[in-house]
Amino acid sequence: MSNILTICRKELKSYFASPIAYLLMAMYGVLFGFFFWNAVGYFVNMSFQSTMMGRSFPMDVNEMIIRPLLMNTSVIGLFLIPLISMRLFAEEKRMGTIELLFTSPVRDMEIIIGKWLAAVILYACLLGISALNLSFLFVYGKPDWKPLLIGYLGLLFQSGALLAIGAFISTTTRNQIIAGGVTFGVCLLLWVFEWVAGYETSTWATVMGYMSVVRHYEPFSKGVIDTKDAIYFASLIFFGLFLTARSLESLRWRA
Amino acid sequence: MIKVDGLTKRYDRTVAVNNISFEVEKGQIVGFLGPNGAGKTTTMRILTCFMPPTDGTASIAGFDVMKSPLEVKRRIGYLPENPPVYPEMEVHEYLSFVGRLKGIPSAELPQRVKDVSERCAVADVSKKLISKLSKGYRQRVGLAQAIIHNPDVLILDEPTAGLDPKQIHETRDLIRSLAGVHTIILSTHILPEVEQTCDHVVIISKGLIVAKDSVQNLTSRLRGQEAVLVEVAGASTDDVRRRLEQVAGVSRVLHKDTRNGAHVFEVESLPGENVRASLARAVVEAGWNLNELHAAALSLEDVFLELTAAEKAQGGQQ
Repeated sequence: MSNILTICRKELKSYFASPIAYLLMAMYGVLFGFFFWNAVGYFVNMSFQSTMMGRSFPMDVNEMIIRPLLMNTSVIGLFLIPLISMRLFAEEKRMGTIELLFTSPVRDMEIIIGKWLAAVILYACLLGISALNLSFLFVYGKPDWKPLLIGYLGLLFQSGALLAIGAFISTTTRNQIIAGGVTFGVCLLLWVFEWVAGYETSTWATVMGYMSVVRHYEPFSKGVIDTKDAIYFASLIFFGLFLTARSLESLRWRA
Repeated sequence: MIKVDGLTKRYDRTVAVNNISFEVEKGQIVGFLGPNGAGKTTTMRILTCFMPPTDGTASIAGFDVMKSPLEVKRRIGYLPENPPVYPEMEVHEYLSFVGRLKGIPSAELPQRVKDVSERCAVADVSKKLISKLSKGYRQRVGLAQAIIHNPDVLILDEPTAGLDPKQIHETRDLIRSLAGVHTIILSTHILPEVEQTCDHVVIISKGLIVAKDSVQNLTSRLRGQEAVLVEVAGASTDDVRRRLEQVAGVSRVLHKDTRNGAHVFEVESLPGENVRASLARAVVEAGWNLNELHAAALSLEDVFLELTAAEKAQGGQQ
């Protein structure tokens, strides 16, 4: 356990000592800021129109702002996650520091979980920036906080799953760009699979639909935790970390 | 302390290490000598549990590298050829990280970091980023990293590669000072390094051990006799040769060179005879000038070349 924390701390230090963390946070801040501004603007416009038309029922902030924003965040995540995960192992391999980790009295799984945990924590920091934006809704309105919390839980699940896959891809190369590019491709595929399920009903389309990250995230954005979705993400995390462990092992044999 | 038995590592088609066996006693410094690509790094990587062997066994302090890697890793300090440092960390941060990784309790950690920093002469840069350090400092940070948990066994892969002469000297002194407490294996392709730092030497070439012995034995093994270089001026080559051959105890006289009217001879003597004094007397009594006379001890380099060349000749016969 303490080994996991040691690795995790070192990994976080590396993220925050290099420009990566700040760059990601800045990019995310601008992107999410734009989405937020856009969503609130739209909401204000709509509520103004409905008052003009004489309808006076209260509009739902959760339904109109938070839910679409959470869906947007989920998609932005697909683009940012490769940037977080690409260096995890590729960098160690290139610098030769993997020799230090492999010859220290720690288990491979402790290295993997430590690194993965650090990546999830960095992603959680990004989510913190979005929460900062959303907190304004609580200042000026009364949105329900429970669905929002579940939405964030879902985002953490999603990032955990994709980062585990990204970690695996990062073990296969010593080139960060390749690791990032392949991870991005996989993330994108896991997103667009859903499109097929939209108009097709064949078995393949159903399977693709099942594999889609966004489809499994959607219930979370509504504030619904379905065991089906939780299990999907949990098994992706398990699968990703398992592959990472196997890949590290084969790295030793081939080294 | 270290026991290697029938160790073999095969890559796709090449055999990096072929059925090697050796043992290292506690407290010894063993030099692992061989040309580049001989299999030194591979052997060290197997000993440090970085990679598993294809065949054979290796154990450190009684723990097998395959069966109980965690126990082995707790007892070794390893400096790979390129020091495994994180450039974005400060030296003291890095050493604390490694210390925690090696399982040093947090209460002792600051003291340990301080101790090894002083020991390896990196205390003055402890607040600097590793990316800003010179190669020599990085190497010493790597060495500090290897000894921070006070391991029984130290495995150093070319510890002096890329250092300047002064740093090489300091590093060798440091390694010597670590002997006794730690058992050390160091690899190198620089021969004088082995002569200066090691007690024992294992010479490896193309994955095979060609010799293993103490440094002293090995240098005196091939030729039991002593060779003396004599430079004489004031006579013809043949006269000098004839006179030198008459000296008691001399087995062979070789003319090596003639420069500025002086002749250089290599004189080999029979085992156990010291002919230097009689050689000097013979030259002076003949009325010639004795410009120079010194013992030409057979260096490890000669042994090494002879051993690896012998192996090549055998290979050619097959």
